[in-house]
This record gives sequence, C-alpha cells and structure tokens, in this order.
Amino acid sequence: MDFSIDSEQEALQGAVRGLITKAYDSSETRREVVKAEPGYGEGTWRKLAEMGILGLPFDEKLGGMGAGPVEVSLVAEELGRVLAPEPFVESVVLAGGLIAAAADEAQAAELLTPLAEGASLPILAWFEAGRRWDATPAAVTAASSGDAWTLSGVKEPVPWGASADVLIVSAATEAGTGLFLVSADADGLERGGYTTHDGLRAARVSFDGTPATPLGDVSADQSALLGRALDAARIAYAHEAVGAMETALQTTVGYLKTRKQFGVTLNSFQALTFRAADMYTALELARSTAAWATMVLDAATEGAEVDVTAAASQAALQISRAGRHLGQEAIQLHGGIGVTAEYSVGHYTSRLTAIEHLIGDGAYHRARLAAAVSDHEVLDPIG
Amino acid sequence: MRLQLSPEDEKFAAELREFFTTQIPEEIRETVRARRELSKEQMVESQRILNDAGLAVPHWPAEWGGKDWTQLQRHLWHEEMALACVPAPLTFNTNMVGPVIAAFGSQEQKERFLPATASLDIWWSQGFSEPDAGSDLASLRTVAVRDGDEYVVNGQKTWTTLGQYGDWIFTLVRTDPEAPKKQQGISFLLIDMTTPGLTVRPIELLDGGHEVNEVFFENVRVPAENLVGEENKGWTYAKFLLGNERTGIASVGATKRNLATVKEHAIALGLLEDPAYAGRIADLENELLALELTALRVAGNSADGKPDPASSILKLQGSVLQQAVTELAVDVAGPASISSGAGDDSTVPEWARLATPTYLNYRKTSIYGGSNEVQRTIIAGTILGL
Repeated sequence: MDFSIDSEQEALQGAVRGLITKAYDSSETRREVVKAEPGYGEGTWRKLAEMGILGLPFDEKLGGMGAGPVEVSLVAEELGRVLAPEPFVESVVLAGGLIAAAADEAQAAELLTPLAEGASLPILAWFEAGRRWDATPAAVTAASSGDAWTLSGVKEPVPWGASADVLIVSAATEAGTGLFLVSADADGLERGGYTTHDGLRAARVSFDGTPATPLGDVSADQSALLGRALDAARIAYAHEAVGAMETALQTTVGYLKTRKQFGVTLNSFQALTFRAADMYTALELARSTAAWATMVLDAATEGAEVDVTAAASQAALQISRAGRHLGQEAIQLHGGIGVTAEYSVGHYTSRLTAIEHLIGDGAYHRARLAAAVSDHEVLDPIG
Repeated sequence: MRLQLSPEDEKFAAELREFFTTQIPEEIRETVRARRELSKEQMVESQRILNDAGLAVPHWPAEWGGKDWTQLQRHLWHEEMALACVPAPLTFNTNMVGPVIAAFGSQEQKERFLPATASLDIWWSQGFSEPDAGSDLASLRTVAVRDGDEYVVNGQKTWTTLGQYGDWIFTLVRTDPEAPKKQQGISFLLIDMTTPGLTVRPIELLDGGHEVNEVFFENVRVPAENLVGEENKGWTYAKFLLGNERTGIASVGATKRNLATVKEHAIALGLLEDPAYAGRIADLENELLALELTALRVAGNSADGKPDPASSILKLQGSVLQQAVTELAVDVAGPASISSGAGDDSTVPEWARLATPTYLNYRKTSIYGGSNEVQRTIIAGTILGL
C-alpha cells in the first residue's frame, strides 16, 4: 500500500490550489460569491474548465483528462480547504460519474463534453421526501408510451437543482430503478430553488407528466449503477470534508495562539490545547480512511475485486465522527465569534454538517457496516 | 497511491505467515490466543526461533541483524505475527535498549550486548519511572556518582515490567545534580541485575498478577564502561527510545485478533442479532481500520535520533482501542465476567473468566509509555505549536 502521490498528481494539486486560493482569498470573498446567484463563481467554474478539472475523470475522447479517483480526491480536498462552493462533486463526480457509467457512446459525448467545457451543468436528482438515503425511487415514477417516457412526482432536496441545465432523475420503473434525463425547459417541470444552511443551493423539483429520455438501458434495473456512483461521490465528499476539517483546525489553532483572556493567550490553558490535540488525531484518522477508500475505488476501476460500498461506508463513518468532532470543537474553542456569520469557522461546521447529510450520516453507514460484521474475521485493508 | 501489495510483498507476507504458523510451537500460540500468561521459557523459546530465522529485530541496523525492510514490510511482519498469535519479541530488548545501543553505544557495547539482546540471552528490564517521577520523568532522583572506574548507584525504580525475569536493567540515573535544567543531568546506564545491592520486589496488580516490580539500588557499583553514549546526554537517548516505543504500542494486529475473538463469542451468544451490538463492533472495526491505515501512512519511527511526533497519535488511539476491546469482552461475557477465580470445573468458559482481569489490567495501556495526557501534550506542543 502506498499513500504517496506522484509528481503529476502533485502538479495538479498545486495548480488547483493556486487557482482556488486566489478565487477565495478570504472568507469574505466566499460570502459574497454565495450570496449572489447562482451561488458559485461562474468565472472560477470557467477557469476550472480551462484547466481540465471539469473533465478530469472522463475519457480523453470526450474532452476529458482520463484521470482516476486519486486526482478527483486531490481536487475535492482543495475545494474543501477554502469551502469553494463550485459544484465539482455534485456535477463532475456524481452526475458525470453516473453518466459515464450508464450512458451509451452517443449520450456520453452529448452530455460529458459540454460538462468538461463548462457549458453544461448536469445534476442528479435522487433524494425524496421521507426516504432519507434510500436510493430506491418511490416518489417519482416513470411511465412509457411506445418509446416516449414521462416522469411524475417530486424530488427534494436536489443540490443545485435549479441551476442545472439537465437533470438526471432516478425513477421507479417496472424493472426497478430507472435513470432518466430531463431538460431544464421540459414541459411540466417545476423547480423551486433556495439557499441551504451552508450558503449553497438546492431545489424542490417536481415532474408532472414531464417528458424524459432514458439514460442508458432503462429496461433493466439500474440501481447498481446508481449505487456505485453514489459511493464514488461519498468518497470524493470525504476528501472535501478532510480539506474543510484541516482548515477548521488550522483556524482554531491560530486563534488559540493569538486570542488573549485573563491576560494570557488561550494556548496557556491545557483544557483547550488537549482538545485541539484530539481534533488533530480525529483529522488524521479520517484522512487515512478517506485516502484508503480512494485507493479501493481506484483498484476497483482497474478491475480488482474489492468492496467499494464497504469502503465508502467506512470513510463516511469516519468523516461523520471527525466532522462533528472538529466542527463542534472549532466553534467552541473560538467562543462567541465562532457562531457569527462574519467569521469563517462556523461556515466550516455548517458545510461539514451538510456533507455528512448528503453522503449518509454516521448511523446510516454504521448500520450498513454492522449488517456485514459477521462476514469477516478481521478487516484487512489491503484486500 | 496504490492499494494492492506488489507481487513481491504478497510473497513476503505469505512466507512470513507460513513461518509463523508452522515454526512457532502451537502451545505457545494457543497461550497467546487464549490471553493466558506466557512463561519466561515460552517467550525465550519463541524469540530464539524468530531470531534464528532473522525475524526478531528487522528494524535494527543491518549489521546487527536488521533487514532494511520497507515500512510496509515491517507492518506486514507485525501484522502476520500478531494474527498468527506469535508473541512479539520482548519490547524492552528489541524496541527499547537495542536501538539505543545500536545508535549511541560504543563498538564494544554493541558487540557485547546486541547479539544477546536480539536472541533474548539477556533479558532486559526498564529502569525509568520512579515513585516521584512518573509523567515528569526528568525529575528522577536515582543518582550515580562516579568513583574511579565505577559509578555508585543509589535510589529506586518502579513499574519495572517483568523485572523478576531481568538479567540486566537499562536505567536513567542522575549524574549531574547541579545541571541548570533537570533534563541535562541524566545519563543512560546499563546495570547487571545480579550486582550486590540491587533488589527486586514484586507489586501485585488489580488482576492479581505479578507483572511489575520495584527495583532498589543500594550502593550498586557499576563499571563506567556500561555508560551508553555521553555522560549527561541520557535524556536525548530516552526520547529516542520512547519514540520507538510508541510505534509498537499501537498494537493494531493484536487488537484486531482480540476483537475477532470477542466477535466470535458475541456471535455464539446471539448478540449480533442486536443491531446496537453489531454497530458497536462495526464502530470498533472502523476505528481500528483508521488506526492501521494511519500507522501505514505516517512515518511512525524515530528518524535521525528524534521521535516522529505523529507516533503520539498511534500510542494515544492504539491504547484507547486496546482498552475498548477488553471492555467489550467483559460486556459480552455478561454476568460470567465476575467468575475470574473459577477453576476448570466451572461452567464459565476460560475467555469469560479472563475477561475482567484483562480489562482491569489493560487500563495500564493509556498510562505506560507516556500517558495519553503526555501524548496530547506532545501533539499540542510539537505538532500544533500550541
């Protein structure tokens, strides 16, 4: 097992860091960007496209860079570090990953090339009211008449659902789970967008006999494709969370060194420095698990027989614990300023909370792992 | 980044597994598996077999039996050894005094001590802690006064693990009481435990076992040639040693094996039908996974004579998880966990009889080798700069 990255990956990391720290040079800049519509920096998005980041995991024939999960994880971590609001994981990793897995050649070219160019923002709509993280669609159903399909029902919340120009929608079919494409201007499509607590955007998306195009082969159950795409996105989100946790810790450590009370800096108090030490330990344990899950996913894409679902849950469970721990302590160790909108650190807690509830919380992933706990004697990370 | 082992490392691990499971006597491995106490003879026998095959001290310099393995190979060695229930080589010899002598000792000391340390022909004890010097180790008061070609040692050491078997003891002694900083007046001295004036007294622990001792020094005369490195530089060597100790202290492999055993008992008792229990085990497995991956990721070994502060994470979390698994065993045993004194005619199985004594005994893991509070101080100070 090898945790090191090669020189090309280092160069990618450095380039993305350069671009994104320039775009988000302060938390004030980020606040201004997320206050205005569409909620992310369109200029930054274009620059990411020019750098090839929006086509990072896609085939070179489609205008992509043909990179793997490791490169994706490096980008996600950089975005997390500054809480960049750009929908990289939502659009490139999740929607793009699902398209790449499900689409035929023509559809892939039609959808992924514009995504890579920054001209299109495909978004997956899979959450339904009352369904939590169950990916089997029930509220949205698909009906066919000849070759024509229509969708009815409601998806919510759909991250960036009102910004997307094309939606990938999971819907109940006779075969089970079907995946459909719905254009933003389709008849009977209604979208109500709103701001989420972390400053980003989501929407209620309703379908009423809305025309839809099958993505790939909807005559078969497509739940496995959806599940894999969600697991790959969970792993990318875990890296975004690691980046965010790292900054939350750095900010907190900086504050402890400079803020004075009782005539001394806060780092004079062991009650506080020990808590910072525990935050560091939690972060490093989470970082290791996230990196390992990426290696598992990478091995799977190369055809190795590894359990990506378990690895995604293992990373998500670790991120859930560490994210809550670091997010809560970062605020507490700052005191009152930590809960203000003006100061950065609370926004990290907010985003970490959102990430956890997008990927499935600790209880959800613990249950997924607990169901398989008797299947092995010991966990062997090398496989 | 890469998940899979290279074919060479696969082969490496398979060969070790084959060796450990066929060359170490089953009786010894069964003793470890059942968490019974190993006898001195069993530990010596096991280490000799390892040493004869070049597997006792792979992390030492190559000229003294080391292997120049990669960090991953060392991890695999640890892991396969633990999973095969092979007793780890005596840590006082292989992780503590051996590396110190190899790094800082004279050529004569290396030749005299290192081969016998690797083979366990010399059983080393550790003489660091004192009644008034625990976490504040540098305040130690055992003195060594130079008298011609000898040091005269007076004082007391405590918590000397398995000191009843010790042939030699490596000690930290005060050689300059006038030094401006208390860390600066300490030396690293090797003492033959048969020297007149040295006595060992057992301390009984909560589990009823005799694992640790007090060691008294009354005008013990030690040849000056037994000083390691320079006089008054002992603190530097001790920090090097403790950095090494913390690496092994994560004990990932042994904890994994112990958790697997507890899980087996939980399954047999039908406990995993309770989602809360299954979740508790899933949580522990996940925490262990994160620790193992972190051990693989960070260079947890002393480099250039300085401990890597990241090794503090391994010690901290390693001890927490060792304890959590012993706690789980007590809970799985249920009311049977009180029957520690029952004999073999009991209806309570042996593992359940041993569960609580082990749980109580393992409270030590967050105390020895630098308590977890000391580790947090290191992380906050050295890593975070607080």
